[in-house]
Amino acid sequence: MLSSPEKTLGPVANGGPAPILEMRGISKTFPGVKALNDVQLTIYPGEVHALMGENGAGKSTLMKILSGAYTADPGGEIRVNGQPVHITGPISAKSHGIAIIYQELSLSPNLTVAENIYLGREPKRGIAVDRAAMFSGCDDVLKRLGATFGPRTLVGDLSIAEQQMVEVARAIHAHSKILVMDEPTTALSNRETRRLFDLILRLKAEGLAIVYISHRMAEVYELSERVSVLRDGSYVGTLPREDIRPESIVRMMVGRDLSSFYKKEHGGGSAGAAVLEVAGLSDGKRVKSGSFTVHAGEVLGLAGLVGAGRTELARLIYGAEQHTAGTIKLNGKPVSFNNPAEAIDAGIVYLTEDRKAQGLFLDMTVGENINLGVIGRDSKLAGWLDRRHARQRSVAAIKSLTIRVPGPDMPVGALSGGNQQKVLFSRLLETEPKVLILDEPTRGVDIGAKSEIYRIIDDLAKRGAAVLVISSELPEVVGIADRVVVMREGETVGEVGGGSGVKVTEESIMALATGVDMGRVAA
Amino acid sequence: MSKSTITGPAISGTVAVDAKATRQASMRSLVRAVGMLPVLVILGVLIQVGGVYLTGEGRFMTWQNLSIVAQQASINAVLASGMTFVILTGGIDLSVGSILAASAVVGLLGSIDYGYLGLVLALITGLLTGLANGALIAFVRLPPFIVTLGTLTAIRGMARLLASDTTVFNATLPFDWIGNDNLTIGPVSVPWLIIIAFLVIFASWLILRRTVLGVHIYAVGGNESAARLSGIKVWGVLLFVYGASGMLAGLGGVMQAARLYAANGSQLGQSYELDAIAAVIVGGTSFVGGIGSIWGTLIGALIIAVLNNGLILLGVSDVWQYIIKGGVIIGAVALDRYRLRGSART
Repeated sequence: MLSSPEKTLGPVANGGPAPILEMRGISKTFPGVKALNDVQLTIYPGEVHALMGENGAGKSTLMKILSGAYTADPGGEIRVNGQPVHITGPISAKSHGIAIIYQELSLSPNLTVAENIYLGREPKRGIAVDRAAMFSGCDDVLKRLGATFGPRTLVGDLSIAEQQMVEVARAIHAHSKILVMDEPTTALSNRETRRLFDLILRLKAEGLAIVYISHRMAEVYELSERVSVLRDGSYVGTLPREDIRPESIVRMMVGRDLSSFYKKEHGGGSAGAAVLEVAGLSDGKRVKSGSFTVHAGEVLGLAGLVGAGRTELARLIYGAEQHTAGTIKLNGKPVSFNNPAEAIDAGIVYLTEDRKAQGLFLDMTVGENINLGVIGRDSKLAGWLDRRHARQRSVAAIKSLTIRVPGPDMPVGALSGGNQQKVLFSRLLETEPKVLILDEPTRGVDIGAKSEIYRIIDDLAKRGAAVLVISSELPEVVGIADRVVVMREGETVGEVGGGSGVKVTEESIMALATGVDMGRVAA
Repeated sequence: MSKSTITGPAISGTVAVDAKATRQASMRSLVRAVGMLPVLVILGVLIQVGGVYLTGEGRFMTWQNLSIVAQQASINAVLASGMTFVILTGGIDLSVGSILAASAVVGLLGSIDYGYLGLVLALITGLLTGLANGALIAFVRLPPFIVTLGTLTAIRGMARLLASDTTVFNATLPFDWIGNDNLTIGPVSVPWLIIIAFLVIFASWLILRRTVLGVHIYAVGGNESAARLSGIKVWGVLLFVYGASGMLAGLGGVMQAARLYAANGSQLGQSYELDAIAAVIVGGTSFVGGIGSIWGTLIGALIIAVLNNGLILLGVSDVWQYIIKGGVIIGAVALDRYRLRGSART
């Protein structure tokens, strides 16, 4: 479906230094899915190289191969400083000067900054850890990075941004030459982002090579010398700085124009009756106050930074957790659910953001997974299974959502992410819900399945369902939602689209989500 | 809104890869279904051959002895059926041996004055104790190991209390036929103990494979938070499995009492829970829940009974019987994991 490289540009034409890292012909096959196919990447010292691509494009897989977490299929080659290397694990990656800072930071919050920086390489005096040497050894690197905290601080007491700095310090302290940062600004405020960028520019000036993974065009534009794009596990191409344009990068990432990718054919707007009304909902902890209304035939986006409390709010509505304040109205009538079973009976379903841990029964078949929500309803005689009906249901569901599987008896664990997600969708749809709360509905699915899921969501709205989509992917929210409610630090802080008078754009959402005018960063 | 009318775009898929996976999956389920049966057969043959070699006569493979083995397996099979429900949800029930003792004491005491009502009281004792376990686990959210470790001790004490710390007798036990008589149809004569065990196993199979409840039991064991989110009443499932395990332990108590005409609160059913757990695990049920079958449990119970019986026939000393039994349990499970290597999880 998607073509091989459309555009391959050579290295920077400055006749400068030799590449510090070359990856060539890298492929990675998982059971049932080819995650990477003949991918290449060339990085020079002293450059910030952005790696872009939709979720599931293979960025993380490629970086996991670089870090030694995965082993590539035979046939590929990785060279560091021109020497072919064989990365067998995290320790060998480190010894080749490669350090990775993941979105989920890998620090021990119960240890001090110095202990984290020295983790696994503790200086010893006899058999005892030489703490004095550890603290003094960190001072240097922390000062160099402009840290405002000392080596004796507990990591758990630091902000996310400061913890990131500890990760960077650890990498530098280990003499890393290649630093990979995976979406480092996702959880940062505007000012923290600014400070991180200063740090990156300083590291670059010191000759480090930085691979910068991000979805945010403005950041990529501001920081990078070059941009490489992956799509569907294949290398699409590399653009030098002067050719970086949002439209061209999006086209490379998506493989077509955005307009045809997202689907919004349903009427939209708040014309339909208010189906789900939430006011001042709170759990006294993570969710301080959630208020919004979803109408029949409408797709409402719920945006916000990671940790803003969106999932927690959804779980309160759905009865998975109990609220301590606020009201929920369904079709104008106040409701409150003690558990998800009651919510489902009332016509509200929830698609979890964590498919494997909270959604699927991986030991069970596709058919069982599809039928699980309704076998109780189907049963006519004292809980006796209606196996014929269940089979017909699952066969019909597999067909209507085009789940790519030979039959309902396959274990669901053998399916690709997109097909697993469609199995979960089927389970929800079989209960014939009036309200759907979809938490990151396209997380970890390939791009083909993504557009199919958008189509399903659009169809649901067309048929009069009220759909609430929680998503961290701004283009997705902008592409499919009629209105967007934004959460920040446990509160719904505003709305764009609909009657709010503000257009639904990535910038307008981001401004609400961060509480800062994004104009300066996005410029 | 009917979802069957939603249509997605038709995109030709990679069905070839999936077909291979299907074959692997069906192969795997075949291996699981056959399970430990070969181990049972090999054990039987070894004991028979060993008997001929050591004692000059093969006493193991006689109808009479095999019937004894089946009777010895029957009580453990009943306990292990309840244990299978529990372990399939990812739990454990350590209290079944104590419940068996308490139920046997209650059954005997009841039978002295009220006849058959004693049998009913024994079953109710088991059911209520099991439900208490289930309630603590489902509603108070205590770990099953801790809860049933507590009831293991407490119910043992109550059994002794009820029996005034002596042995209760009833020489005219009205339901003694359960432990001593056969059901005879024409030329075939089968002990009631064996028939009861088979009925329990068959009923367990029906529940696990043919009812909504059964699917929910597997679902709770496979992924408890997903089960809760998809609207399964997890507390109901937990109450059922611990209630069932308790009631079947009560039935085990009835069977034991019927056989002995007596019950002793301090000795009856000691460490029976370990044999029941061993039968379930040797039978291939995953210790973390979600995978397993009642037929595996039956074979597991038979393996343990064949070992007990065979080692005695071979004249192996009591001390070595324990050592060999332990080794076979670990070895059988290790073999199982080896065969299923690469499958989902253990």
